[in-house]
Amino acid sequence: MKKESLSTLFWDRFKRNSLAVSGGVIVICLFVLAILAPLFSPFGPNDIDRNAILMPPDFRHPLGTDDLGRDVLSRMIYGARISLAVGFVAVGIATLIGIALGAVAGYYGGWIERLIMRFIDIMLTIPTFFLILAVIAFVEPSIWNIMIVIGLTGWMGVARLVRAEFLSVKERDYVLAARALGASDIRIIFRHVMINSMAPVLVSAVLGIAGAVLVESALSFLGIGVQPPTPSWGNILTLGKDNIEIAWWLSVFPGLAILITVLGYNLLGEGIRDSIDPRLR
Amino acid sequence: MLSYLLKRLIEMIPTLFGITLISFLIIHLAPGKPTDALSEMNPKMTPEARERLEKYYGLDKPVMVQYGLWLKRIVRLDFGESFSTDHRPVMQKIWDTQQPITERRLFITFMLNLMAMIIILLIAIPIGISSATHQNTMYDKITTTTVFVGFALPSFWLALLLMLLFGVYLDWLPISGLKSMQYDALPLWGKVIDRVKHLVLPLFVIAFGSLAADSRYMRSSMLEVIRQDYVTVARAKGLPEKTVIYRHAFRNALLPLITLIGLSVPGLIGGSVIFENIFGIAGMGQLFFNGVMARDYPLIMAILTIGAFLTLLGNLLADVGYMLADPRIRTEQ
Repeated sequence: MKKESLSTLFWDRFKRNSLAVSGGVIVICLFVLAILAPLFSPFGPNDIDRNAILMPPDFRHPLGTDDLGRDVLSRMIYGARISLAVGFVAVGIATLIGIALGAVAGYYGGWIERLIMRFIDIMLTIPTFFLILAVIAFVEPSIWNIMIVIGLTGWMGVARLVRAEFLSVKERDYVLAARALGASDIRIIFRHVMINSMAPVLVSAVLGIAGAVLVESALSFLGIGVQPPTPSWGNILTLGKDNIEIAWWLSVFPGLAILITVLGYNLLGEGIRDSIDPRLR
Repeated sequence: MLSYLLKRLIEMIPTLFGITLISFLIIHLAPGKPTDALSEMNPKMTPEARERLEKYYGLDKPVMVQYGLWLKRIVRLDFGESFSTDHRPVMQKIWDTQQPITERRLFITFMLNLMAMIIILLIAIPIGISSATHQNTMYDKITTTTVFVGFALPSFWLALLLMLLFGVYLDWLPISGLKSMQYDALPLWGKVIDRVKHLVLPLFVIAFGSLAADSRYMRSSMLEVIRQDYVTVARAKGLPEKTVIYRHAFRNALLPLITLIGLSVPGLIGGSVIFENIFGIAGMGQLFFNGVMARDYPLIMAILTIGAFLTLLGNLLADVGYMLADPRIRTEQ
């Protein structure tokens, strides 16, 4: 009963926030587009048309064609799959690591906490993008490796968040009561303490997806992310840079797609935060 | 103050040690070896030659031994010899003493970031303050929206768009490098103009990314301060609004921003790979990218270490700035 009223409250607040709703709509649209890519794209993403090389946008190719005569719109629709997959998997990995380390640090304290916090400080001091580049260049630049590397370098924020939440909750009466009743550490961590930190973790995960999408597109743009012929927004932009003097459409549209996607996740994330706890605003 | 500084500097050593250890392990344990890149390019490379090469570079030793050797050299600021075909010392690549100072890579990247940082502060602080003092007006809404879009804007795309507009269509600004081919033949005034023209787009792009975050931060910090009692008191005393904002509120609102500046250093350093690549600037970012592509361990380690050192230095400077600005913290030390 109580739980339901809480979630109703959340929905009421969320629905009233038009920016949050529009963020949600953007994300849902992207999902539909990515999953049903073959239905929406007028051409195959790798269909080469030698008679339509670097054609500006027209009725046949609404967003123009690239240097091999491939339809940019179709490639961008398939590129949405990459963005979504990288965003979700990378953030999933980062969140799991962050929760685990943050929970251990916050719950047990002592030297293990100091060790973990030191490790976090160090990871935050290494320019992350440099580290990602260094590792990606050594392993094969495949989409899986990109997800893993982005995930492995992006967990520090979540870990700090979870630890702070644990510190503030673990001495509360209901936790002490659970311990007095003989609940195991694992049970206390997951059943009693973790629940409280789920809201901020969810928000930071949604915002983290936006960050991961940006990093993936930057890597692909530099040529060490998703490798052609697999289409990604970043690697279409590379073509845009190479052909900047003759084909503006290759530079404009994929970037716009990244912008809208990132904006969507940011709006959604902030909307969720405001709806969960209006005081955080 | 001096003893505090000294303490902080000494504290940096173990952190730096940890950073180099972690970076070293990650890079050396990642699959793929520098010799892979060499043998891919050279089909005549026999396994024996490869082994000799690995021995020459010390890659046949256990990772921890390699790290120890690396550490021994680093104490003398010797980053070793590059794995690339020219075999130059890494230090020479980063800080080429044979070139004028303006051509040295570390100098170029450092100055670009420093200039960008100054621009960020000069723009972000006034925007933040004015949108806080005009909260919920049209102006505030427009800046808030712009900032929100700014957060989502990929900087390399912004760079491409600006290159398209100012470089290709309007043809006002150069889109590559930091000076023209005929730079040396230009008179002094022409040299200055040439430099400025080349700097406009890169600086704008570097600054833009942080501009959004920093002005937002300034706004919320200012909003918080404006509601404090001492600001109300200042107003009640009948002080003009300008004095209230700039003498009483502003200085206190500035404090959190100092921390943010310190924290933004790794982002600026990391971003240099992207914009140096786009604008064809021969700085540290480009060197790092080339080093990474060639799997040049000593070069990668050197730049990661320098980057981390600059970050730590940025944090330290932020803390010192904080102390200078806030007497409460000063007395605590």
